Amino acid sequence: MSQDFKKIVIENSDSIVQMWMSEINSLKQDNYTANISDELFESTNREFVNVIFTSIKNQGSVKVVEDFSEKIINLGWPLSYITDGLQVFRRVSVDYILGQSVKVDSAHISDVMKSVDVWVEPLIRQLVNEYSGSWEHIVSLQRVALQELSAPLIPVMDRITVMPLIGTIDTERAKLIMENLLEGVIKHNSEVVLIDITGVPVVDTMVAHHIIQAAEAVRLIGSTCILVGIRPEIAQTIVNLGIDLGKFPTKSSLRKGFTRALEITNRKVIDLEDNEESIEKMIESLRGE
Amino acid sequence: MTPQSCVTIQKEWDIVGARQLGRDIAKKMGFGTVDQARIATAISELARNIYLYTENGQICFEVVENMNRKGLVILSTDNGPGIDDIGRVMEDGYSTSGGLGAGLPGVKRLMDEFDVQSEVGVGTKIKAIKWAR
Repeated sequence: MSQDFKKIVIENSDSIVQMWMSEINSLKQDNYTANISDELFESTNREFVNVIFTSIKNQGSVKVVEDFSEKIINLGWPLSYITDGLQVFRRVSVDYILGQSVKVDSAHISDVMKSVDVWVEPLIRQLVNEYSGSWEHIVSLQRVALQELSAPLIPVMDRITVMPLIGTIDTERAKLIMENLLEGVIKHNSEVVLIDITGVPVVDTMVAHHIIQAAEAVRLIGSTCILVGIRPEIAQTIVNLGIDLGKFPTKSSLRKGFTRALEITNRKVIDLEDNEESIEKMIESLRGE
Repeated sequence: MTPQSCVTIQKEWDIVGARQLGRDIAKKMGFGTVDQARIATAISELARNIYLYTENGQICFEVVENMNRKGLVILSTDNGPGIDDIGRVMEDGYSTSGGLGAGLPGVKRLMDEFDVQSEVGVGTKIKAIKWAR
């Protein structure tokens, strides 16, 4: 039975394609693909319908479908273009086969539906899988990229390290911050670590809690942690929340924090003078360290 | 009164969504940066409570206006386990999850009006209002 239907569809592919094209074109008007040029839309449709027919003819020609889905993904067309296209194809083919049939009863209709479904469903499945696979791939790449950016540690100077934090801190990131901080302090042999929260939009009790824990852990391994970049509004909310940050030093800006860090490590920034003597003196003092 | 806009809290990132929506509304209403930060922090605390202690819940925002003032209402509703002793959770430093225990009392201090209704096994409703000055 199914073979007969397949024969009908393949033999009359021209008229089915025409019906399909006109339906798809009517979808274009008020839909997602409105800003795509007519020629491109036309040629992609032709390719799409060819893919459908090749895949029906030789049950599951994976390569063609893969190539086509890759093309659609690269064009950036929505997934609904593919699903709509295949739904329309299903509808058109069922209509056409029924139109050709001599006797039409419910058993016959259900037969037709079933066999058309058998052709179309694996196609939908494969195309949707390819499509969502490519999204998942992008999301996982971005997650890795984000993780790399999430807790950077910069050794700005001998014994002084800075960790600038930008963006929301969630539990996963808080864990990373703690790990990187401790690892970095040991690796760079830092005496002072500056945590800069200028770019953190909201400091609630959870964020504060994680920062306090990180600072406490840094203290345990013998370094000092200075919290810098506390904006005035953040300072007020921290006070309102009743969070006690009294255990470790805080500064309003990275610059002030850095000056303090230099003081802790017994250094300071000196303006260079023309006087050669003073330069020599400074070189001398640098050597002394 | 404007219609409510709500954010459902299920994942940790929904907290960020609720916070951003609340901050946008506060900004449009003309709250200053300090009050915006207060509102965002309060939303963050309420949403985090939903995320930590319940399966799911909602944070809703509503703009209220009476004769001489305008305010932002934050409504936090969930059907979680409820709070056994409200007096206790409003104490500073009390936490069942190892946190700082400053969440709810903190929200009360961040906002102008604050009200908790909770029934064990049914859920919790928290209403907090910040008036624009």
